[in-house]
Amino acid sequence: MDAAVTRVGVPLGCEKGHSGRMTTHENVVEVRGLRKTYGDMNAVDSVDFDIHRGETFALLGPNGAGKSTTIEILEGYRDRTAGEVSVLGVDPAHGGLDWKARLGIVLQSSGESGAVTVAEQLRHFAALYPKPRDVDEVIAAVGLESKAGTLIRKLSGGQRRRVDVAVGIIGAPELLFLDEPTTGFDPEARRSFWQLIRTLQSEGTSILLTTHYLDEAAQLGDRAGIIAAGRMIDVAPIAELGGADARIPLVRWREQGNLREQRTETPATLVGELVARLGAEPEGLEVIRPSLEDVYLDLVGREHAEVTA
Amino acid sequence: MMRTVSLGARRIGYEVRAYFRQGDTVFFTFLFPVVMLTIFSVSFSEGSFGQAADGTEVTAAHFYLPAMLAAGLLLSGLQNLAIDIAIEKSDGTLKRLAGSPLPVVSYFIGKLGQSLATGALQAGLLLLLGFTVFGVPLPEEPERWITFAWVFALGVVTSAMLGIALSAVPRSGKSATAVVIPITLVLQFISGVYLSFTLLPEWLQNVASVFPLKWMAQGMRSVFLPDTLEVLEQGESWNLEGVAIALAVWLVVGLVLARVTFRWIRKDS
Repeated sequence: MDAAVTRVGVPLGCEKGHSGRMTTHENVVEVRGLRKTYGDMNAVDSVDFDIHRGETFALLGPNGAGKSTTIEILEGYRDRTAGEVSVLGVDPAHGGLDWKARLGIVLQSSGESGAVTVAEQLRHFAALYPKPRDVDEVIAAVGLESKAGTLIRKLSGGQRRRVDVAVGIIGAPELLFLDEPTTGFDPEARRSFWQLIRTLQSEGTSILLTTHYLDEAAQLGDRAGIIAAGRMIDVAPIAELGGADARIPLVRWREQGNLREQRTETPATLVGELVARLGAEPEGLEVIRPSLEDVYLDLVGREHAEVTA
Repeated sequence: MMRTVSLGARRIGYEVRAYFRQGDTVFFTFLFPVVMLTIFSVSFSEGSFGQAADGTEVTAAHFYLPAMLAAGLLLSGLQNLAIDIAIEKSDGTLKRLAGSPLPVVSYFIGKLGQSLATGALQAGLLLLLGFTVFGVPLPEEPERWITFAWVFALGVVTSAMLGIALSAVPRSGKSATAVVIPITLVLQFISGVYLSFTLLPEWLQNVASVFPLKWMAQGMRSVFLPDTLEVLEQGESWNLEGVAIALAVWLVVGLVLARVTFRWIRKDS
């Protein structure tokens, strides 16, 4: 919990953002007691979280956990059943055009007919915003310079996804929603996408990211929330998810045919003791330092066990 | 307000460009009346559809030109927009626009402009084909062209509004053509577009008179057919006041329905 203490220790007031503009610990998103009910099922229940200005918040969780419902409520696409939501100081259920001009939205999927070229699409969307980014720069940033004059319907799935991202950032949004942005990307495209997001972060853009790729969340996210079965089961800086205990290394071995495991801060010592006690190399020895993925699966699995119990 | 209009103008350019890049719309909406005019003119080239005051015969091409112009109004407005918007609803286009600061009125200006622009090009093509290939005599009196202008404008706008309203009916983009085309097809058959209106039984004529296409076709006939054929109309009159009133009423109905039914997205579906 040391890191959390340090974080709170940062003087509340203000920090200097990379863009040179003052970023305060003001929240661009505040969610309290959010609930969304379909029939008698709670798709989202009692969800609380904040997103600070300038940070990237990763919303993680299995399919059907309520990630998209939550993000679509914040984007103004869905009405909520209960709770309080503020996005850039506005209730998304009543967000007007000025409010929309400050947001960038990359939806989970798009199947538009794509009868315009990449450059036409971006020029058109740029015209909708008061202070858009430069169209050519955005096309270059998503790596589609060579496709600028190509009809969108003739692009590959990954290239179309990059057009979606380009359209999402063309208006130079204060807050960017990225709903599973890199699904269908090859590893190289994913790396360059991360680079693009880092540029946006350095310019002070606040980002809400949902993803299935935990390495992506670890690479890009400052903090993360894990949602399962409609409930937020943890919100913390990425390195602290699940609490300190979840990251204690695990030593696993086989003894007299049984699988044994033990969590310890000093795995090497434990292994030494094992060798001494058994007088031989322990069978099937593993020392596991839990990755974000392990912590995540553990948390979601525990929640699942509780729900089904 | 200025922003809404200027973005609307931008939408028109964007929409028209996209329209001509969709092969199926270009054929079934834009070229269809042109193809039908050609088929009717060639198939019935021996037939006579009446006589002008000076004794010249009204050819099939002459008779079908106003009918196809009326069909064009229905297709460019109603059929085009009902299918187009239903597809945009289901493929995510409207969802994307809903998340952008595009005013909904600008979107409508774009759709209306697309219908007017493509409808005008279509009408131009029909007139050119009728005049140059099939030798249809075009009216010389300016009053007739004034009638043409207002029947065209009122017809496209009314038909476009009804199209926006009708786009709420199909539950998916895939079913849009299956829902919309039978409606426009039946209207064309009962409104004197493919079949001569005078051949229809009176009750069917009365049914057709409830809908706007009959009035568009009647307005177009008054422009292009000789006055000797006026007696064949219901009430033996072109009844242009009736045309104006019927289309205006449908325009209001379309506006109200479009306003009430149109949503960027179906929330919570």
